[in-house]
Amino acid sequence: MMNKLTARAASLALAGLMGTTMISGALAQEETIKVGILHSLSGTMAISETTLKDAMLMLIDEQNKKGGILGKKLEAVVVDPASDWPLFAEKARELIEVNKVDAVFGCWTSVSRKSVLPVFEELNSLLFYPVQYEGEESQRNVFYTGAAPNQQAIPAVDYLMNEEGVERWVLAGTDYVYPRTTNKILEAYLKAKGVAEEDIMINYTPFGHSDWQTIVSDIKAFGSAGKKTAVVSTINGDANVPFYKELGNAGIKAEDIPVVAFSVGEEELAGLDTAPLVGHLAAWNYFQSADTDVNAEFIDTWQAFIGDEERVTNDPMEAHYIGFNMWVKAVEAAGTTDPDAVIDSIVGVSVPNLTGGLSSMMPNHHITKPVLIGEIQEDGQFETVWETPGLVVGDAWSDYLEGSKDLISDWRAPMSCGNFNVKTGKCGGSEG
Amino acid sequence: MSLARSLFALLGLVFLLGVQGQSVQAQENLDALRPLVNNLAKGKYDETQRQVEALVASGDPVVVPTLKALRAGDLYVRKADGEVFIATKGGKGYLLIDPLTTENAGEAGRRDVSKIKVNNRLRRVIDASMGSLTLMAADPKVRLAAAEAVFKAGDPEGLEPLEAALQKETDDDVRLVMEQARAAALLNSDRGDSDKLEAIETIASIGNRDALSLLIGVRDSTEGALQEAAAAAITKIEKSLAMWGNAQNIWYGISLGSVLLLAAIGLAITFGVMGVINMAHGEMVMIGAYVTFVVQELIRNSAPWLFDYSLFIALPLAFLISGSIGVAVERGIIRWLYGRPLETLLATWGLSLILQQAIRSLFGPTNQQVGNPEWMSGAFELGQLTITYNRMWIIVFALLVFAGLMLVLKKTPFGLFTRAVTQNRRMAASMGIRTPWIDALTFGLGSGIAGIAGVALSQIDNVSPNLGQGYIIDSFMVVVFGGVGNLWGTLVGAMTLGVVNKFLEPYAGAVLGKIFVLVFIILFIQKRPRGLFALKGRAVEA
Amino acid sequence: MMTSYLFRTLDAKAGVFIAILLAVILLVPALNILIAPDNFFHVPNYAVTLMGKYLTYALLALSVDLVWGFCGILSLGHGAFFALGGYAMGMYLMRQIGTRGVYGDPTLPDFMVFLNWQELPWYWYGFDMAWFAFLMVMIAPGILAFVFGWFAFRSRVTGVYLSIITQALTYALLLAFFRNDMGFGGNNGLTDFKDILGFDIQASSTRAGLFVASGLALLVCFLICRYVTKSKLGKVLVAVRDAESRTRFLGYRVEYYKLFVWVLSAMMAGIAGALYVPQVGIINPGEFAPANSIEVVIWVAVGGRGTLIGAVLGAVLVNFAKTWFTAALPDVWLFALGALFVVVTLFLPKGILGTIGDGWTALRQRRVSSNAQAGGGKPPKTPPTSPAAAANVDPQPAE
Repeated sequence: MMNKLTARAASLALAGLMGTTMISGALAQEETIKVGILHSLSGTMAISETTLKDAMLMLIDEQNKKGGILGKKLEAVVVDPASDWPLFAEKARELIEVNKVDAVFGCWTSVSRKSVLPVFEELNSLLFYPVQYEGEESQRNVFYTGAAPNQQAIPAVDYLMNEEGVERWVLAGTDYVYPRTTNKILEAYLKAKGVAEEDIMINYTPFGHSDWQTIVSDIKAFGSAGKKTAVVSTINGDANVPFYKELGNAGIKAEDIPVVAFSVGEEELAGLDTAPLVGHLAAWNYFQSADTDVNAEFIDTWQAFIGDEERVTNDPMEAHYIGFNMWVKAVEAAGTTDPDAVIDSIVGVSVPNLTGGLSSMMPNHHITKPVLIGEIQEDGQFETVWETPGLVVGDAWSDYLEGSKDLISDWRAPMSCGNFNVKTGKCGGSEG
Repeated sequence: MSLARSLFALLGLVFLLGVQGQSVQAQENLDALRPLVNNLAKGKYDETQRQVEALVASGDPVVVPTLKALRAGDLYVRKADGEVFIATKGGKGYLLIDPLTTENAGEAGRRDVSKIKVNNRLRRVIDASMGSLTLMAADPKVRLAAAEAVFKAGDPEGLEPLEAALQKETDDDVRLVMEQARAAALLNSDRGDSDKLEAIETIASIGNRDALSLLIGVRDSTEGALQEAAAAAITKIEKSLAMWGNAQNIWYGISLGSVLLLAAIGLAITFGVMGVINMAHGEMVMIGAYVTFVVQELIRNSAPWLFDYSLFIALPLAFLISGSIGVAVERGIIRWLYGRPLETLLATWGLSLILQQAIRSLFGPTNQQVGNPEWMSGAFELGQLTITYNRMWIIVFALLVFAGLMLVLKKTPFGLFTRAVTQNRRMAASMGIRTPWIDALTFGLGSGIAGIAGVALSQIDNVSPNLGQGYIIDSFMVVVFGGVGNLWGTLVGAMTLGVVNKFLEPYAGAVLGKIFVLVFIILFIQKRPRGLFALKGRAVEA
Repeated sequence: MMTSYLFRTLDAKAGVFIAILLAVILLVPALNILIAPDNFFHVPNYAVTLMGKYLTYALLALSVDLVWGFCGILSLGHGAFFALGGYAMGMYLMRQIGTRGVYGDPTLPDFMVFLNWQELPWYWYGFDMAWFAFLMVMIAPGILAFVFGWFAFRSRVTGVYLSIITQALTYALLLAFFRNDMGFGGNNGLTDFKDILGFDIQASSTRAGLFVASGLALLVCFLICRYVTKSKLGKVLVAVRDAESRTRFLGYRVEYYKLFVWVLSAMMAGIAGALYVPQVGIINPGEFAPANSIEVVIWVAVGGRGTLIGAVLGAVLVNFAKTWFTAALPDVWLFALGALFVVVTLFLPKGILGTIGDGWTALRQRRVSSNAQAGGGKPPKTPPTSPAAAANVDPQPAE
């Protein structure tokens, strides 16, 4: 009896795995190029990642309207890793081994990326990672289309220092790797700029922190030392809404203590009444308010695809837009979807971004992006108040961290190394 | 600050000219000002700031609407000819208003005009000038705001107009703030030490963080008697602030406690009184929050004037909807599981997954916007305590809900039946109580109360499908800590945990603080294995 | 002899179970390695790892069933022991990376390098040695369980109070391990493992080896659990579960019995965690999440509380369902999983195996009565899951 059960379970397992969601039944017959989408559709991260799944479906849809790639249609394979980090690795393996996808677009949190890294390395596939992250990584099979710290955090601090004359800094973040690393980098940077130890306050809170009374009052107290104060917030997703609500109610205005956030985009603001927050800042590489034709078209397509006139766009969506187009271009250049060929051909590929420039894939698998500082407006949008004059090259290894300042990354042929030490002249880390 | 200097020059001019400027001259002024206004659109913030200063230096009060519009981000430039207008959305694009004459100036398409950007620094500059310009306004509220703006600016150039305004001031409250603003400005001026000593005293009497900030500035930049006086005042203020800090912690603790109470009180009924390990409790809270969202959305779209009452409309609806879901759940699932409490854990866990996904499918996974009504926004000062209205009302609300629930359970026949059924089901049944109905209604009551808690929590937290998950563990902790089956225990438990947490947080940080609270609960249960208020008697050892 | 004792006590069901388990342990790796990839019977690497994960989950479920099904201690925090075992293994695997980390630091793991740690914290010492790490896999959860149990059982914390403080325990550990200051890699946890005992962790032979190890661990722990529950000790445990006070009045030191199975169970959970980590390639604080621990209880309930085989079956089935649903119905799989839990509770109150067991018993009894000379077989026992027994978590009088 048990034997049968197990046997049936095993056969069911195989049948189930084979039958993973076919987005378009009609396409199932002809040969297609499969693209994996690895974003959480349930659990804590669904709030951010579901949008990216939809954005990817739209991009694939659009590409198919243009005739697909290499004469074949694209087919999206969607799985739900359910905000469960080990499940990310399992699902990545499933996408590559069972569904035979040619590239995967996915992940949001650093831990989910770390979890799937060995899988992509082992099975030699491609991952496009669309979210701003802490850097300190450059992997052959991964393309980082979000911002590295030097493409977001440091320009933001520069802006506050120069334009607002800020002298005292609160670095507030959720206690995980991205804020920790970013704050380490910022702390080193600020000290290099002559900011004294006692003018920097660092504060960490747990995920989903919802009671911000104490911290907001601490910030208020820290800000009353007679020097212009600003808050640099690496507070993650969900915790932002109660944080800004408390801030607004406590009467901390942007003119007094501005807050610049790295994880708050249009999507997060959609859950907030932004009237009390006007003037608080965010640093990104894209805002929905970007005044270009290509962006207007993107927004229209998106809103039509999702069937909601009010639906916003955000920075990670743009990162997917750039990453997807780069992949398409690289595949067309290589004439094949073979990962090794694409890895070779994608470096140097340039595609238009949505802010009116061209973004290029650099040899370190990061891309060039403009950095925009935006102020929150009453309608929940950002208005760009400052932007870098040109594009900024993503730096995988921060120059402000002890362990990584000597490292560079170049995946082109002679070097082919993600952590080359310029001091020892060897590939493989700072200790050589 | 050159801007402020020019502002006061302007102020002086306004005094001289009075209101009786001749029309011809006014027209000439407008013509002279026009290029200055148009210049606002040229260049970056530094340039705009210079143009603002130039505009103010021109000495004509007609620039006030322009500055106001600039601050609000309503000032646009027409791309075709570089003319600057105040624009509001309307028609196909924007309705244009001439900033100087405030007359209608036609329309413009959406892409024909571009906004003149303004950042925090510019806003600060404009605020300061607005403050000085409106010190003599007719409305005392405007004068108060003006005095506060001048206080913040602390500009010595502001002394003379302030003193002039002070002489005419009749309102005591405004006068007080003006005195303080004068003291702040005086400290930065080059007046004599005796004046400054007096000013330090005035500032010290304010006793808040702004005062502290000012005094620290004085201490660090002066010597001798002034420095000593400032240092003494600082010590005094810091001492009193530390005292207020404790009061603040208690207040924050009560506030956190009230949130915990709200989250837990429904569970105290479904779990505490009925013994159902209700893992779907959090989802009932979430449903209440979504009801609030739907109500607000309807109001926004069809009856915006009702917005301030949206919560009062949402409350009964949330109670009914969560409550009826609760009744349905009890009738459909829970009633088969009495006597098998652990299986209620399993079933309600499954149920919570279903409800979460249902909400996610219906409303999408993203946060929904639930606004604070006017009376729940902002804060007021009580001594050195900043009390935000939303927190205050939530405390009041939590206590009201608690009192209401106690009344229902202790003073109504339904409450009597509920207690009878939960204490001895068979005896109650043989006394003629329809126990199935009482079960259903009690579960409905617990769920309904979770629903109205959701209405309150929507005011301070995310409204997303994960809302419930964030509260479920804390709720169980509160109920168990307080003693299962005892509502007073839930109240005291929630408040204790809230206050303990808030006293730990400043020392240990938010994360460690929470860990300590959990360890505290574990140890406390060792000491009192049945919670704070243990039920006594045979019923316990069933 | 213990072995002969074991075999004597094996009834048909357990025999079938062990046979199947052995077959799986042997067949799956064989089909994976020996059969060509294009053959129909080839088991892909992916499936080996997946099934290996199921086996570790099954072991975890077994450990929960031991305390809950046989001793009435409902633990909503067993994930803590699982994760601790996992961390012990993860620390060993981390140390094995050596200079192959991205910074090439011979002692410090990558996350410590870029957060500017200067030296290895003391509690990382020794984890470069396999024997020490493998010992800690059992000792770390064991010590935690001992300390926690020592206090809780002596204070006679029972029922739902105990359940909730186990939840508090795992929640506190969750928050603690999230802190980067703790030196366990914070939210990212420990990843990017290279090899285990000198074998490349990504090689399919290593995977097969880990799979076999998981299967054997499950088998051994199953036999231990069986031995414990069938012994005199097991009888006392069931007595504790069904009437704790009465057992105490009979002169048994209830707290010692409880403490023993509690620690035993925690160690098994630790082993499960340790085998889980190299197969999924990551350990992070998410494993401490109270929801995970609740899920384990649900596996047991689905399979059949108080039946060791049921726990294993429940863990495998629910996780298989999860794997399948998340791929086949990515947008709505929670509906399916939630409905599964509700339906199982309502229609299979004793879990899958309990319900099957009832049918089995009825069948056997019919056969026994028809076959007069049924001398050898003992009359099978009904799995001891009466509704009344479950009621000892209920703070209120059941009817």
